[in-house]
Amino acid sequence: MIVEAAPAFRPHRSALARFVSLYGQEIVIACAIVVLFAVVSAINPRFLGANNLNTIVSGNAYIAVAAIGMSMIIITGHIDVSVGALIGVLATVAGNIAISGAPIWVAWVAPIFVGMAVNFVVGILVAYGRIPSIVVTLGMLSILRGGLVSVTGGAWISGLPPEFLLAQQRILGVPVPVWFMIILTIGAFTWMSTSAFGRSLYAIGGNAEAARAAGIPIERRTVQVFMIHGAFVGLATILFATQLQIIQSTIPPNLELTIITAAVIGGVSILGGTGTVIGSTLAAILFSAIGSALIFINVSAYWLRAVIGALILITVLADMLRRNRETRGAGR
Amino acid sequence: MTWGKLLRHETILAILVVIALIVLSAQSDRFFTLDNLLNQGRLMTEVGLIAIVMTFVIVTGGIDLSVGSILGMSAILLGVFWQNFGLPLELAILLALGVGTFAGFLNGLTITRFKFPPLIATLGTLALYRGIAEGVSQARSVRGYPEWFYVLGQGQLLGVPTQLWLLVTVAIIAAIVLGTTTWGRATYAIGSNETAARFSGLRVDWVKIAIYSASGFAAALAAVIFVSRVSTTRSDMGTGIELDAITAVVLGGTSIFGGRGTIVGTVLGLILIQALKNGLSLAGVKSDGTIVLIGAVLILTILVSNLIHRGGTR
Repeated sequence: MIVEAAPAFRPHRSALARFVSLYGQEIVIACAIVVLFAVVSAINPRFLGANNLNTIVSGNAYIAVAAIGMSMIIITGHIDVSVGALIGVLATVAGNIAISGAPIWVAWVAPIFVGMAVNFVVGILVAYGRIPSIVVTLGMLSILRGGLVSVTGGAWISGLPPEFLLAQQRILGVPVPVWFMIILTIGAFTWMSTSAFGRSLYAIGGNAEAARAAGIPIERRTVQVFMIHGAFVGLATILFATQLQIIQSTIPPNLELTIITAAVIGGVSILGGTGTVIGSTLAAILFSAIGSALIFINVSAYWLRAVIGALILITVLADMLRRNRETRGAGR
Repeated sequence: MTWGKLLRHETILAILVVIALIVLSAQSDRFFTLDNLLNQGRLMTEVGLIAIVMTFVIVTGGIDLSVGSILGMSAILLGVFWQNFGLPLELAILLALGVGTFAGFLNGLTITRFKFPPLIATLGTLALYRGIAEGVSQARSVRGYPEWFYVLGQGQLLGVPTQLWLLVTVAIIAAIVLGTTTWGRATYAIGSNETAARFSGLRVDWVKIAIYSASGFAAALAAVIFVSRVSTTRSDMGTGIELDAITAVVLGGTSIFGGRGTIVGTVLGLILIQALKNGLSLAGVKSDGTIVLIGAVLILTILVSNLIHRGGTR
């Protein structure tokens, strides 16, 4: 079964023009990252120091990994506002297994399966209970957040075995989270753009009725994509929970919004049907680079959120204008 | 009256509220006392004001995630106008309300004029407005307001908390506007089918801009009451209140896709959530357990309502 890519295919245009039209948002963000690094390192060369680059890319790789799953969810036309709470719960699960004396690999693998199990329930409620995903995940947010605090009592997990701290390890001199981020991004991108399953997600997000008419089992796909998202949240949790010697039993505030924002800035249309996970990973890197840049050019970090907010609005505006021009250029 | 009408979402919800009140008052004799109920009304006002206007927003098929940030920004600016600029507090309050309304107006403008999806527009302004609050305050709080200001958040009028009068007034006006006026009909029409509403000659953009401005105003009003109630101003005020408000609205039977919903439902949703929070804490359940229950109630209510609704239309 072949499902056509969401951006219109126009054979008369040059390969370059088509590339720009398909990946416009990704190109814009890549350029923004380059400009940011050029400007900030001109002001303060220490911005390009190995330590700082490590913090920017490796320390926030978990956001990029979670944003991959979120992108798939949004491309299918859904949303997940419970992802921050789920990361908090899965981190506690992993930490407790790690200090219980079980083999370390169990502590690494458990979050993936628990994440898939939780999102299996979410997927069932969305697909077969016909409850909008924003309502299900809003409820799930409360359940996970409240459940986490009432089970742990807010206590921190310490005494983690050193070999559990995967995010601090390096392979060939490159931090493990960076490997995760690169391999998962490229893998998910290839899978989303070439496999029948990946194309069917774009088809559902683009037009669910047409997808159904084309014979795509929408309910089953919805449950599956939520479970895959759960697996990515589990992978993100491993990177997040193994960064430090302790695991705080609290959820990083607004984490779900950061992850959704990374997906959306990366070019995933909130209406579903378009976008790639390369864009969301680039956007996650851009965010952490901006946060670091503010410090290096001596702007109070309290302005970070205002800068990111302005950036969201500007990127979306630029994207809207670009699309308008393209549809007009096509004579519509 | 047919069974279908009896099984309306609001009826189910009202029954749930009554059951919750009975069970909770059996659990603790301090629950069903006038003092406690009035005090719960006081605590409900801020999220209530926001949820009532959020009902309009969601009925048009939109959403406003930025209300918590508008609350924080208005609260901080109220403090800054009064303390740092030395303006009279009355004027500072008016300016804070103006800023909140303008913030909502900007949401409406980006949504109508630039065609931003509401989720994205308000996700952006959620970060932007909270960022402004944090940037302006630099983590400093403002305290020491004059005594008369606390009447609004801590005082009473005819034995009832001052802000509860405000909430009841706003709820009644909102119910009349949404239920009986042409503005209300226009709100439903936009949510059911925006294109059709446009072709019917409704001023869709103006209605939307007015609703988002009202949402900003409600958040700013909640900010003034919040500051008066807790006697201080901080930049993290109202964080996450948007999710509480949306939960109340959706629990109240408003469709997240627009076109359906009532103010009565939202008020019932608010009462159910507040009753659960308070009643369970009096019965010795920790507040975190209550949050779990609210999440489960939200999902189950919509699930049951969906099943009945589908059975009825088939």
